Amino acid sequence: MTTAGLTPAPAPTAGPVVDTVPVVSKKTPIIFGVLTVGMALILLFEGQSGETTFRLAARTDFVQLPELTVPTMAGAWTLTVVCALLTAESVRRYLARRRTPLWLLAVYAVAWMAAFLTWAAAGESVPVVGLLAGSIALAVPLVFGALGGVLGERSGVVNIAIDGQLLFGAFAAAMIGSVTGSPWVGLVAAMVAGALVALVLGLFAITYFVDQVIVGVVLNVLVIGLTSFLFSQVLAPNSESLNTPPRFPRVPIPVLGDIPLIGPVFFRQTAVVYLLYIAVALVAFALYRTRWGLRVRAVGEHPKAADTVGIKVNRTRYRTILVAGAVAGMGGAFYTLVSVPQFNREMTGGAGYIALAAVIFGKWDPIRATLAALLFGFASNLQGVLAVLGSPVPSQFMLMLPYVVTIFAVAGLVGRSRPPAADGVPYRKE
Amino acid sequence: MSGTDKTPPTETEDKATEDRAPEAPEAPSRSHSLLREIASGNALAGVLAVVLAVAVGSLMIALTDEEVRETASYVFARPADFFNALWDAIWGAYTALFRGAVYNDRVDDFATQIRPLTETLKFAAPLIAAGLGVGLAFRAGMFNIGGRGQMLLAGAAAGWVAANVDLPTVVHLPLAIIAGMVAGALWAGIAGVLKARTGAHEVIVTIMLNYVGFYLVFFALSRQSLLQAPGSGNPKSAPAAETAVMPKILGDRFNLHLGFLLALVAVAIVWWLLNRATLGYRIRAVGENPHAARAAGIDVGRTYVVVMLIAGALVGLAGTNQVLGTVTSGVTVDLDAGIGFDAITVALLGRSRPLGILLAGLLFGAFKAGGFAMQASEGIPVDIVLVVQSLIVLFIAAPPLVRAIFRLPAKEAK
Repeated sequence: MTTAGLTPAPAPTAGPVVDTVPVVSKKTPIIFGVLTVGMALILLFEGQSGETTFRLAARTDFVQLPELTVPTMAGAWTLTVVCALLTAESVRRYLARRRTPLWLLAVYAVAWMAAFLTWAAAGESVPVVGLLAGSIALAVPLVFGALGGVLGERSGVVNIAIDGQLLFGAFAAAMIGSVTGSPWVGLVAAMVAGALVALVLGLFAITYFVDQVIVGVVLNVLVIGLTSFLFSQVLAPNSESLNTPPRFPRVPIPVLGDIPLIGPVFFRQTAVVYLLYIAVALVAFALYRTRWGLRVRAVGEHPKAADTVGIKVNRTRYRTILVAGAVAGMGGAFYTLVSVPQFNREMTGGAGYIALAAVIFGKWDPIRATLAALLFGFASNLQGVLAVLGSPVPSQFMLMLPYVVTIFAVAGLVGRSRPPAADGVPYRKE
Repeated sequence: MSGTDKTPPTETEDKATEDRAPEAPEAPSRSHSLLREIASGNALAGVLAVVLAVAVGSLMIALTDEEVRETASYVFARPADFFNALWDAIWGAYTALFRGAVYNDRVDDFATQIRPLTETLKFAAPLIAAGLGVGLAFRAGMFNIGGRGQMLLAGAAAGWVAANVDLPTVVHLPLAIIAGMVAGALWAGIAGVLKARTGAHEVIVTIMLNYVGFYLVFFALSRQSLLQAPGSGNPKSAPAAETAVMPKILGDRFNLHLGFLLALVAVAIVWWLLNRATLGYRIRAVGENPHAARAAGIDVGRTYVVVMLIAGALVGLAGTNQVLGTVTSGVTVDLDAGIGFDAITVALLGRSRPLGILLAGLLFGAFKAGGFAMQASEGIPVDIVLVVQSLIVLFIAAPPLVRAIFRLPAKEAK
């Protein structure tokens, strides 16, 4: 995974630490073990027959990968054994007081997921490219929202209003996009709309010391009310002129788009998605490698200390949440300028709350939050694909997954999730 | 924001009310402290917040009105047209709201004339009950955003008892209500236990539990063996049996049912609990300062759990109110009808005090009843009510802002 290079982990795993015994969590091996045993139990008691086919390329692809057909039970068992071996490796590392590295986690996740898919799609064929590309499409607003959340909270402002920023962004993008006929102008309008919601959040949370959670929740309700009202009063009666925004076209990137599997998933997307890649990299870089990022983090961890060395706490917070709002607004634009070329009431469906979950699950780190959002997007798309294939798992449980995972995360069962120290605390200068 | 139990929301709630004259919490004489509250401008700030929000609502109605926009195009030629249209739009909206919420002067017999008022009370009942649930949690420094999930679970449990158990009314109705309240209590209790044991922030946990509860109830509603009505393909349960339906308290001509009386009882009980019971004292102590409470020998973790259990039961009462009183045709996933979130605004406007919540619930119940009437007669989307409600709460939460807008003197000048 690329994350290891980009994220300067606060506690580096490499390098001997003098005089201290590193504390290694035993949660990862335990979770690995539980998941592996669970998979084995599923296979034992809910066995399926037949073969499972993985379609690795779409028909129009330049490079045609062959279809991969495996006998369901043999394939699933093989992958479960791989999972068991990876679990053993994780236990071995734990006993040697070493952490389970991220690559092991990734390999385990892929192996387990493949085992699950092999079992769930018995007798069917899984469109791997469609599954992954669809996950990206579902995850884009979540990632933008999560980036906005990470930025805001790193500066000490709890941003529950992500959902409001997404929704207002979607609304503004649809309306301004329709009026001007340009998706780019719509995108900018969405960013302005997101920043506007953030500005109100800042006004109440930073200037008037109102509880940030309350403001966030109320702002979400306000935006729902406002956009629904304007939708019924203004957009719906004039839908040709005000609610038919142009769509961003799909722009395949010449060489990268032809790579088998990866190309169609990542590099045959719209401009918004490419902007997302840039935004993730930019936020991660800015937060950890620039003076601005250091200040933002200082303000979020210890505003008094930051103030003492001359950083303007509230000004920094305002600037950061405005940027955060604009980023989240871009995610809103994805709904109306890419997914559905039309605004509808409450069209985000609470995606902002999933983005919030991704922020927490991602431990307030841009890269991890992005991965969490991708995971949640994958879970909800997998649910759709499995519903089509007629899987034995009720779709509601797949949809529940992100939320359950988040509860486990905040309860500390999946590694402690610690917020910035001054998150949610307004700063009053004495 | 998750993790440790720092900065409970009430702290800011109290910051919002810090302009109150310094007084011992809950002075013995209610009327005395009430007078003082009004005198200190707290109630005034509330009224001004409502006025301000309604003004913004009027502006939105006016700006989006067809006729107003048409006349605005020639406003300099014939300004009278424009102002007439403006007045018509706003006046029409608010008289429709009043007619839908309080008193309808357009019909002849008295019963039909006051019917809107009973509708208001009907809409207010679940808002009051759920508002108490949110408000009580506020008093302990916890923010219960899980109203939706708690109502859904409660509604599902009550609906199951109502449809699948065969008993006489005297036992059946109470049993169904209790089942709902217990389900709500347990669902909220998860957040309490997690906060007490692991320090998981209840805001995140309750938000997530909303969704988990939604899908759980949705799952139950799509399985014949669990909650789905026999022989039905829709995610909906069988209608409540006659014996488990809340009786109409003003006769069959009105929709007002027992739920409103139960909400009033709940107000009384919560008032007693907070102001007269030891548990209430503990709750308030934990809410004011958990560290001091712990030093004083109060088991803070246990208080969190108990508060969430009671809060969940109250929100659950709102859920049963919906399933056994308002919509008895069967449980669906929409049974909460936004009440779970409205309850937060009710609790904030009522400043987490039982009587305040009662009044706030009545006001928002009136908004709801009137909003639907306004949509039907004036064609103004009911969503305007959401806007006005949330603006009220925002303005209430920031007294300095309201003061600045109305150029009221700051607290030193009083």
